Amino acid sequence: MTKISTNPVKRVPFSFFLVLLTLVLVLLCLVALTLGPARVGVAEVLQALTGRLPLLDRIFFGEIDLLNQKILFGLRLPRIILAVLVGAALAVAGVIFQGLFRNPMADPYVLGASSGAAFGATMAAVSGSNLLVFGLGARPLFAFAGALLTTTLVYRLARSGRRYSLTTLLLAGIAVSAFMSALTTLLLFFRQEELGRVLFWTMGGFSYTRWVEVKVILPYLVFGLLLASRFARELNLLLLGEEKAHQLGLEVEKLQRYLLFTASLLVAAAVSVAGTIGFVGLVVPHIMRLLLGPDHRPLLPLSALAGGIFLLVADTLARMLLAPGELPVGILTSFVGGPFFLYLLRKNRQIMH
Amino acid sequence: MKGVFATVFFTNSLPSSFKATEDEKGRPRGERPAIELQELSFAYGEQTILSRISFTVPKQSFMGIIGPNGSGKTTLLKCLDKTLTPTAGRILLDGKDLAKISLKELARKVGVVPQQWEVNFAFSAWEIVMMGRYPFLTPFARESREDWVKGRAAMEATNTWELANRPITELSGGERQRVMIAQALAQNPKLLLLDEPTSHLDVNHALELCELLRELKQSEGLTILAVFHDLNLAARYCDALVLLKEGQVYASGQPEKVLSTENLEVVFGVHVRIRQEAETGRPSILFLPRTKAEV
Repeated sequence: MTKISTNPVKRVPFSFFLVLLTLVLVLLCLVALTLGPARVGVAEVLQALTGRLPLLDRIFFGEIDLLNQKILFGLRLPRIILAVLVGAALAVAGVIFQGLFRNPMADPYVLGASSGAAFGATMAAVSGSNLLVFGLGARPLFAFAGALLTTTLVYRLARSGRRYSLTTLLLAGIAVSAFMSALTTLLLFFRQEELGRVLFWTMGGFSYTRWVEVKVILPYLVFGLLLASRFARELNLLLLGEEKAHQLGLEVEKLQRYLLFTASLLVAAAVSVAGTIGFVGLVVPHIMRLLLGPDHRPLLPLSALAGGIFLLVADTLARMLLAPGELPVGILTSFVGGPFFLYLLRKNRQIMH
Repeated sequence: MKGVFATVFFTNSLPSSFKATEDEKGRPRGERPAIELQELSFAYGEQTILSRISFTVPKQSFMGIIGPNGSGKTTLLKCLDKTLTPTAGRILLDGKDLAKISLKELARKVGVVPQQWEVNFAFSAWEIVMMGRYPFLTPFARESREDWVKGRAAMEATNTWELANRPITELSGGERQRVMIAQALAQNPKLLLLDEPTSHLDVNHALELCELLRELKQSEGLTILAVFHDLNLAARYCDALVLLKEGQVYASGQPEKVLSTENLEVVFGVHVRIRQEAETGRPSILFLPRTKAEV
């Protein structure tokens, strides 16, 4: 028997990036905890954190200011965690859309999934319903319905035979997105008393984040990420073209339905707690693909980590740049993502037709 | 429930001789052909593409399908890989009805090499070949040692092992074609389907590829069914040919028999001169322009 000791492909190992990105993320979380109007030092942050953990609380003694405790655990920590979770969700949704459409320019924002989710979430907010379905809030559920509707629509519109034209994809995304935004505006027109609150939320941000938001999206996110990693190998096959994937034993249309479902779930979770934050799903996967190559098995988990880092940095900047005021983080990501999108568009000109 | 009833009813209504073997013609199991097409028809709406096609492909043979554009060659292959569902008739793979074989099971038996393959993503050749192991893997499972051994063997058989680290996007047409065949071989197939595998290759690579296919037939015990555009290549390498005309089998059998002056004149509308090459023992075809009176 032929002896094979290693995979012949020499790529920077997955574990290296995994450790690196995790370290960066943890470090940035600590830094972000110290930043803000109230001065809390690194030592105090560490003390406060370890004080809440078993065993470790015996190493660090000392009293921490109660107000600072509240600021750290009641305000900053949930916000940081939510930014990381939403960033991860959007980045993974981006990876899924790009694999599904075999197109580096697909992204929840560009495809109209975010607008669809925003419409659904606005419906829930405006109707003021606090209804719970299986213990899940109305807002993410409505957002999910909106996202699934728009992505399915765009998918059907852009599909011709077994291919997707980039032009049709982008145009369908724009049209559907505009339509959904108009519907959202219409809803707000009839319920103007909600206007301010919803408008601010639509711009995208984490200003009002409390632990409840984290609890709301955590199940969606965990389920979405697990499903996504379940389909990593299938996404690879899809990149070979639908015909080839079929010949390798993949039930292509079934998979595509699962993928639309998964991506919509992630987008809905993100949008329902943080509004529309654009281009995270475009920028992060693109950079990760340059580093890792096209294999989705490392790409999915590492994009989740990188997405978390990206949005954490953006949100921290958003709350620091105009301190004590605050920028909506969606504006910041669009400042980065918009030009990046144009650069990709230029780069992909030849496959436009 | 419905399924159970149907099965019971079906079994009871079968003639007793039918139960003894799956093979209606009473041949022993070992001699079942790799592929058996029975009155296969396919239509897009009103437009008939294939009409009552019947032929068999014996095991470990290299069979070629030839015919002019639009005669239904590619459609026939697409029915065989389940991309299209026949409108009538059936296909038996090793005696088993294709309609009853799941896609994954099919992918463990049949490897398909498409005409052209645009991959815009920089997978390495090795990663591409290992995707051929997909039908053997369960979700979340990592490739086992056996998968690696199969992948490497497939690459060595196609002479692509030294390309393993190279991105597929940087390979030449001929190299990419060999990697595609390696991927199909990694599926551990008994049957290889190829759609005009040489049409985008230079003549040297086309010859190399056909030699490779003939070798694989011997070494791996493969059955090969390939659509050919180039009649001379088909004549030289295939054990048997099927000549299609307007979705029907016009002639089939040994290349010497199928590639007759009359057949080619009727089907392709060209004058030809055919001679037996002493070197290969196979017919070769010279195409002649039509006379002025005919034009």
